[in-house]
Amino acid sequence: MASMKVLGIESSCDETGLALYDTERGLLAHAVHTQVAMHEAYGGVVPELASRDHVRRLIPLLEKVLADAGATRGDIDAIAYTAGPGLAGALLVGASFAESLAVALDVPALPVHHLEGHLLSPLLGSEPPAFPFIALLVSGGHTQLMRVSKVGDYELLGESLDDAAGEAFDKTAKLLGLGYPGGPALAKLAETGVAGRSKLPRPMLNSGDLAFSFSGLKTAVLTAVRKHEMSDAEKADLAAEFQEAVTDVLAAKAVAACRQHRLSSLVVAGGVGANRRLRQKLDGALAKIGGRVYYPEVELCTDNGAMIAFCGAQRLMQQALPDRGDGAFAIRPRWPLDELRAQASS
Amino acid sequence: MRLLAFETATRRLSVALWQDGELIERAEDLPNGGSDRLLPWVQQLLAEAGISLKQIDGIAFGAGPGGFTGLRLSCGVSQGLAYGLDIPVVPVATLEALALAAAEPLVWAVLDARMNEVYAAAYAVAGDAVSELMAPICVPPAVAPAPTFSGGTGVGDGFATYGDGLRARKPDLAQVRADVYPTAAAVARLAAPVFARGAGVPAAEAQPIYVRDKVALTTAERLARGGVR
Ligand SMILES: Nc1ncnc2c1ncn2[C@@H]1O[C@H](COP(=O)(O)OP(=O)(O)OP(=O)(O)O)[C@@H](O)[C@H]1O
Repeated sequence: MASMKVLGIESSCDETGLALYDTERGLLAHAVHTQVAMHEAYGGVVPELASRDHVRRLIPLLEKVLADAGATRGDIDAIAYTAGPGLAGALLVGASFAESLAVALDVPALPVHHLEGHLLSPLLGSEPPAFPFIALLVSGGHTQLMRVSKVGDYELLGESLDDAAGEAFDKTAKLLGLGYPGGPALAKLAETGVAGRSKLPRPMLNSGDLAFSFSGLKTAVLTAVRKHEMSDAEKADLAAEFQEAVTDVLAAKAVAACRQHRLSSLVVAGGVGANRRLRQKLDGALAKIGGRVYYPEVELCTDNGAMIAFCGAQRLMQQALPDRGDGAFAIRPRWPLDELRAQASS
Repeated sequence: MRLLAFETATRRLSVALWQDGELIERAEDLPNGGSDRLLPWVQQLLAEAGISLKQIDGIAFGAGPGGFTGLRLSCGVSQGLAYGLDIPVVPVATLEALALAAAEPLVWAVLDARMNEVYAAAYAVAGDAVSELMAPICVPPAVAPAPTFSGGTGVGDGFATYGDGLRARKPDLAQVRADVYPTAAAVARLAAPVFARGAGVPAAEAQPIYVRDKVALTTAERLARGGVR
């Protein structure tokens, strides 16, 4: 097959990402606009404002990506876009644009699962892991362990029964009076504190399965905060202990998954993967079993178009070109990742 | 000149193909959105006219005000088509399209904006020429400013929801037609002269006109109102 250029469009939450990926030469260019500063004053993502911003950003970012790649719109051979999961309004912006651009350019449109994008993003790195591997997906909305046998084949091994790890970081940060987004702020504060001075539980550490639960941890923090007015030093200690508790559980279960499946490659994706303490623990634990941890390049840790373009390209290389169809499309704000496998094998 | 037009600001979704004044249209009531209809309708209209997408010279869309999701559906589809085809776009005021669709000389155009508010404007209509008498605003119906013309027609689904309140604001309304919706055909008719004088804009500049811009409270505003962080 001749090389093909796939445009990737991501707009599922508060980042607008576009990228152009070449099936032979790899990533040609990508650009991301983050709305973090815009939502900061509101203490969280305002879906309507997110959608409005995507509408403004898409074409300027596309023009930048095409210019950086030295390509024109006519060079685009397929368009991959995030169809879900995510904020409905935000997804619709990217989907409407992607599908109609595909009709206009007479190329296929490829709806992509946002988490598949994250999951495969380490494959865009200079030393990609080989299949099969275990993936730990830790973001604001997800905490999942998966066995990835090949592109499109994902087996869910365990996930959070309640809050996602990133959500727990964010909520705890709020309880400690830290700004938005809370995860990075909490991690920063934790570096100045000492874990163990105040004790927090390690939920489900010994549950014998690969499930997680983080809502109890948040409640424990709330109880501690309510007990008495805390000094800054005490807050830092509590933050450190919280980070220690979450990363203890994440690392232990990720290693358990590797052992159970006799795999020594662990891929970490999602925003919480940026957490330094988590990385230390995972690197150490995998080294002990003769394995290795793979992270996406730093700039591809947050939502981006490159991972979406990459997923689309993989799909194009795996199967015959899909029909152009009649242009009907649908977004899937809630879309369990394991439904992908059924779709791929159908 | 050949134009494609979209209007999805209300529950009545439509797509029109305009060819030198000849119009064909697809429309349907779809309260839950129409991402599965718009592009298929485009293909159907092109097939019916026996032309290809490449022969289209411009894209027009009802830019609002109206349902936010609907506005972005039409805007996104218009941006994608126009960017891909490298042709200009004309955003058209949805309330103006509503006035033209009503085909009455003096129109108070009012759409239900939910949350106990309406989008309202007033127009004088003569043939395909619509002149704005009152620019679109978002207000509670109870304090909506009435157009200054006497008589006239109240048009739009705002009258279905808030008919009594709106009539109280303008007791001399000659008639009310709450079942008229803005249409893609009207959008195309309004956009045609704009394209003809070369005043279409690049796809990137095609943006919705929301009118309602305060959509959330900042943390500071919530705290000031006695809320919690
Ligand atoms: N250094 C860090 N330590 C802990 N958490 C972090 C750190 N950096 C980012 N996070 C958390 O990562 C999350 C954001 O990650 P990401 O952008 O991948 O997820 P999302 O888009 O919110 O969720 P999803 O992709 O599941 O819909 C936030 O909860 C944030 O607080």
